[in-house]
Amino acid sequence: MADKESKAARDNEALETLRRLLTSQQVAVLATHKEGQPYGSLVGFTASRDLKSLFFATSRTTRKFANLAADGRVAMTFDDRSHAEADFYEAVGVTACGHAAEITKSPRSRALKQFLAKHPHLHDFVMSPHCAFVRVRVEKYVMVRRFQEVVELVVS
Amino acid sequence: MLVLPFEKIRPNHASLVGGKALSLAVLAQSGMVVPDGLAVTTNAYHEYLAASGIENQIRRELTWRPVDQMRWEEMWDASLRIRNAFLRTPMPSRLRRALARAVEQRFEGKPVAVRSSAPGEDSSTQSFAGLHESYLNVRDTESVLEHIRLVWASLWSDAALLYRKELGLDIEKSAMAVVVQELVSGSRSGVVFGRHPVKPDCVAIEAVHGLNQGLVDGSVAPDRWTLDRRSGDVVDFHAAEREAYVALSRSGIAVRPLPKAKAKRPPLTDGDVKRVYAKAIELGEEFLEPQDVEWTFKSSRLYVLQSRAITTTAAGEGDNRSWYLSLRRSIDNLRDLRGQIENDLIPKMEAEARRWEKADVTALHDKELLNEVSRRYARYEAWLGRYWDECIPFAHGVRLFGQFYNDVMQPADPYEFATLLSGSGLLSVERNNALQRLAERVRADKLLRTALASGEVRSGHSSFWKEVDKSSAEFSAGLSEGSGIDEARKALGALLLQMATRTATPENSARKRRQTLERAFLAKFRGKKRREAEEVLDLGRASYRLRDDDNIYLGRIARQVDVARDEAKRRKLKVPNHFKGRLAMRPTGGQQHAAEGREPSGSGFVLRARQLSGQPAGPGFASGIARVVRSPEDLFAFRSGEVLVCDAVDPTMTFVMPLAGGIVECRGGMLVHGAIIAREYGIPCVTGVSKALRMIDTGAQVQVDGYLGVVTIG
Repeated sequence: MADKESKAARDNEALETLRRLLTSQQVAVLATHKEGQPYGSLVGFTASRDLKSLFFATSRTTRKFANLAADGRVAMTFDDRSHAEADFYEAVGVTACGHAAEITKSPRSRALKQFLAKHPHLHDFVMSPHCAFVRVRVEKYVMVRRFQEVVELVVS
Repeated sequence: MLVLPFEKIRPNHASLVGGKALSLAVLAQSGMVVPDGLAVTTNAYHEYLAASGIENQIRRELTWRPVDQMRWEEMWDASLRIRNAFLRTPMPSRLRRALARAVEQRFEGKPVAVRSSAPGEDSSTQSFAGLHESYLNVRDTESVLEHIRLVWASLWSDAALLYRKELGLDIEKSAMAVVVQELVSGSRSGVVFGRHPVKPDCVAIEAVHGLNQGLVDGSVAPDRWTLDRRSGDVVDFHAAEREAYVALSRSGIAVRPLPKAKAKRPPLTDGDVKRVYAKAIELGEEFLEPQDVEWTFKSSRLYVLQSRAITTTAAGEGDNRSWYLSLRRSIDNLRDLRGQIENDLIPKMEAEARRWEKADVTALHDKELLNEVSRRYARYEAWLGRYWDECIPFAHGVRLFGQFYNDVMQPADPYEFATLLSGSGLLSVERNNALQRLAERVRADKLLRTALASGEVRSGHSSFWKEVDKSSAEFSAGLSEGSGIDEARKALGALLLQMATRTATPENSARKRRQTLERAFLAKFRGKKRREAEEVLDLGRASYRLRDDDNIYLGRIARQVDVARDEAKRRKLKVPNHFKGRLAMRPTGGQQHAAEGREPSGSGFVLRARQLSGQPAGPGFASGIARVVRSPEDLFAFRSGEVLVCDAVDPTMTFVMPLAGGIVECRGGMLVHGAIIAREYGIPCVTGVSKALRMIDTGAQVQVDGYLGVVTIG
């Protein structure tokens, strides 16, 4: 029994690392594209409790919003770099692949509340009429650790 | 400050110069006779690391897999690669000039000792002898600088990695200082223990002829005196069998036979013993607690080489680390072991296996059979004991040669030496060749191929089947219990059919490469040194070969224990509990890995591996379908070109390896069996992929990068 628990703990370890990263980091890189030309931007984000959705806010006039409105397929990258050489071996990097769309109905208000709890200084920005609140439905996370160890967490 | 001479070292320099340098400086400043010297400070270490980029290499070695999960052999591998980086990276010129000038001014070309002096070690760690390196009789400046780098590298020795917790070893914080000290070529040397380890009221003196390196590394047995601490009276004396002493050689030191005249008498006179005792008491007073002191006499002058507070090592239960460290053996010791293994252990094991293979256990009465099971089991245990006592330590010959080779050749690839050792006629390779010859017959005979393909194992081809039956006695060991001759024929037949689709790999280019390496290596030596180099190479080869072969002999023994036990079970006799498990193909190490759910319960995610890291144990790149081998049946299902994924390659299962496109092993190490055989056949191999069994399924597409040590799935 104890053995079974420790195995479960090992499996959960990747999930826990993911949760820790998504909770501790403020900003992620969002990748969209326009007619095949990739485009990267930094966004403040939060993750839902089950980690299956990611949320960020953007003005409707931005390039990233135009891109994701045209094609919702996006990727987001998170990491805990400290901008030192040790990062190569010690930093964790995670890429989420999924589908992005503006969210206007439930669970918008709950997600928004969480988002503002994490980024209170963005309150006025998010509440402005021309700002869109975007949800990414995650299909999988790809996690890179220890330089070249890569695991995937796929939404089942 | 890159350098501090002994006379300028103050107690507040402890973190710059380390414990050894500080205590030597204190002794010198209090008027004791200490060989003159200086400390190369930790600033120099930091400057070198920052300029060389080695820091990141160390970081990489210690993070690709958590050190806690490394086997001792993997620590040795990591430490070898780190050491090689220090060997191959010269000092930046400013540092080089500063150190060279300090050394030249202080010692004016006299031979020196270059010794580790690690700061931050508390007294409990100082007692782990042999964690870091020291070198005696280093002669020219260039060589001194090289040995300073080697002492720095030893901060990351396998032993230091084993004791990393006690040492507080940390890439960001740890550093190494070095003592460079005039060499005193003493004629008698030893250690005095200010408090006898067993009798606290006494002082113990151990002494040898020659340098005390022989005593410290255990190659020369010491005479031993026990003295009453208060009176200084000798209460006990134990004379050693005096056979050898350690002396200076042209470069370094050497163990020499002791001349007869000296062998007759103890290294110390009564007067000498009194002086050493008095010195121990004096030092105990100087440092306010009893000391362990290394000393040497040069003519009548008594030098103090080192003094440290007494510590005791408390090894906890299940702490095998000191055993691992005891596996480091000297050339003499390895030579003896080799003789025992080749001339005694293996012939006897083989004779016993052959006797049992000929005996017919089915003819025994029930009671005789049960007796036979117990007897064979007891014999197996005895052989296993000798395997641990003799074969495992002898495997150190490979490592000894590796370090020797790297010191001389400083190769870009720290495992180049393994190529030089390969091709030494491994038993498993010879057995595979026998199978390959059977496969050639299959290839040449269409009728036979058809028969094999349809599973026809009875009619015709009698000479072929006779050969197959002979082999199956060796190879089908792993087949499930009670499988009869037909099953064995079918299994081996299917395998031969697979082998027949491949032509044997050409050996020529590998042989040429070996010859080139051997010539380049031996060309570095002349005269007597060359004979020594040849001997180390020869020992390395024997060790490399036996590392594999001994398992095969032990496997044959184990198989015959199983044969008797299976027969008893077939008759439904009551076999004692502890004999129940089969011995053959029992995993010989590594961790247990079960196929298990990869779905963290209730999380809504499935965990999949995309890329797993390991050690690049066999160069090359392969892409293929995974065959996860958990049981002998999996082995016989093996198809040509598949990637073998297993916990640990056991030498008894190497017969499918020539078929494999690539090899992935959970057990780590550059010199594990799987890696050795992979290198023989030029198969890409990654070891130490601890999650391989858990994360890879039979049938998955995998890519094996044996250059980088990476396995990609899907």
